[in-house]
Amino acid sequence: MSKALRLSALRGAAFFGLLAALPSFNLAHWVLNMLVFTLMYAAMSSAWNLVGGFTGYPSLGHAAFFGVGAYAVALWFQHHAIHSGYEPFVILPLVGVLAGLIGLPVAAVAMRTRADVFAIVTITLLFVAQTLAFNLHSITHGAQGLSIDPAPFSPATFERPFYYVLVGLLALAMGITYLTIKSKVGLSLASIRADEDKARGIGVRVSGLKLLTFCVSVGLTSMVGGVWAYYEGFVYPQFAFDPLITISIVLMTFLGGRGTLWGPILGAFVLELSQQNLAYRLGGSQFYLIAYALVFLLIMLLLPRGILPTIQDRLRYRRRRAGAAEGDDRPSAPAPRTAAAKVAVGGGERA
Amino acid sequence: MHAFIQGLILGLLTAGVYALMASGQTLIFGIMNVINLAQGAMVILSAYISYQLFKSFGIDPFLAIPIVTVGMFVIGVAVQLLFLRPLKREDRAELSLLVTFAIALLIEGIMSITWKTNYRSINTSYANSSWTVFGYQITLVRLWACVLSLVALGLLYVLLNKTRFGRAVRATVQNPESARLLGVESDRVAALGFGLGSATAAAAGSVYGLLYAFYPGSHYDLISLLLSIVVLGGLGSIGGAMVGAVVVSTSSAIVASTISPAWSAMTFFVILIVVLVVRPRGLFGSTARGAI
Repeated sequence: MSKALRLSALRGAAFFGLLAALPSFNLAHWVLNMLVFTLMYAAMSSAWNLVGGFTGYPSLGHAAFFGVGAYAVALWFQHHAIHSGYEPFVILPLVGVLAGLIGLPVAAVAMRTRADVFAIVTITLLFVAQTLAFNLHSITHGAQGLSIDPAPFSPATFERPFYYVLVGLLALAMGITYLTIKSKVGLSLASIRADEDKARGIGVRVSGLKLLTFCVSVGLTSMVGGVWAYYEGFVYPQFAFDPLITISIVLMTFLGGRGTLWGPILGAFVLELSQQNLAYRLGGSQFYLIAYALVFLLIMLLLPRGILPTIQDRLRYRRRRAGAAEGDDRPSAPAPRTAAAKVAVGGGERA
Repeated sequence: MHAFIQGLILGLLTAGVYALMASGQTLIFGIMNVINLAQGAMVILSAYISYQLFKSFGIDPFLAIPIVTVGMFVIGVAVQLLFLRPLKREDRAELSLLVTFAIALLIEGIMSITWKTNYRSINTSYANSSWTVFGYQITLVRLWACVLSLVALGLLYVLLNKTRFGRAVRATVQNPESARLLGVESDRVAALGFGLGSATAAAAGSVYGLLYAFYPGSHYDLISLLLSIVVLGGLGSIGGAMVGAVVVSTSSAIVASTISPAWSAMTFFVILIVVLVVRPRGLFGSTARGAI
């Protein structure tokens, strides 16, 4: 085991060990509730990062797939009974596959074009999906929404099953990200992000990889949506297909650092915990919409590359200066803005 | 058949307003390569402002257009200077999408607090008068809205084709690098161009407020509509935006009147997908700067 590999394994074990242990500290319900939502966003940001961070296609439509997952679970349990309480979790993989299949033609059309047209198609998809959820009254019950039977878990530990399933989803998303970074796939995605035509020219399977990444990403997102629907017990079009969900996961990924393993998770924990606090203090008023937009604008202007890459650059710079002082100027990795560095960095773990 | 033609008339009359909004959107893209997701929010904000002017001072929304337009022009220039100009990086197109989305949310938040979240509409004395021609209904407001939008588009045409500033804008749209080499001050063009785009949103917004009831979240409906229009017309082409507006507006109105209003939002998406499959650069997009 190389040193870097051991370090990242240690980091992962520590993080997930802590997450697994947290519920046994007898945390209050509101704390666990907050953690459940934070985990949802962490898992979705990590999934979005695959498309938006590594491949460089900024999807604004992930909330559509969140909604698809939510409605899929809600619709399934209109006709099936919940006995043990774990049935909705069991069908999650099916939900993920379904969303991936829906995502396939969307990606096939949208990813033929450049990144900004891709964003246009995905955001349109989101609004169309919301409109359909409102209008297809016979299936979705429109604005009335759908309800799911409450989970028969004991009230004292009600949040725990959801919590652990979400930890599992987060681990899945991060595991896929880790494998992507460590494998040829990550290198190929980085080359697509840097220059798609050149990547195709040197034999990267651009189209297939883009489709695969998008489908995996939206599949994961829809599974989170399914858990959310079951946790809330109600699905309404305006909450299942909420543009704020899209903007949140994009913002979290940007804040932490896109194209990194830990960035989206860091962003989700910072933003979702503070947002829950903010909503708690400012109430349900529209002020938090303004606060959210302002935070977003500030991050874009002041820290457009995210927390982790900025810190890493700083460290690298310091190390290089120290190295230069000792006359030991090893060729260190170039700053990850250049096209070459994007490819080079994609091969190694960035955070 | 009656429903079809009624839908066609309605769609054609509404097309002018949409063309006005979309021309601003496509202009901003042409100059800066920025897809302005806040265009819809600016339209709704203008609708609210002219609603307030009508309610507080009794100013007719049609007469309020110059006031609102100037106001939104200033706001547009400020937005460009504050939020878009600092994004001088290679991935500006990508970042600007997110920044304008955030601006849209900011405007939505401000509107929700100022005017609450229930539906508002501007009820002028002539709001309900209409003519019936051969059994088809033509509302007066819609006709006027169409005429006024065409006048505004005409003014935009004159501005772009007969003035020095217009020439600088057109040069930037055609080839930003060469324009800069020939002495066009790209920063100033970008700021004024964004202001101009917002001004078209303002003019369209005052008219929109007369035609439809609106609430702060209405801008979400406009985003997909406007985006499908500009992609269909070809990003950066104002003529394309007009043709796109006619196509999108009539087809969605016909779908609404013959099938069901529930499916009319779906037409945008279908049109968008068809364009991207058949002709990704849109009807009038140039190969160099179109969608591909």
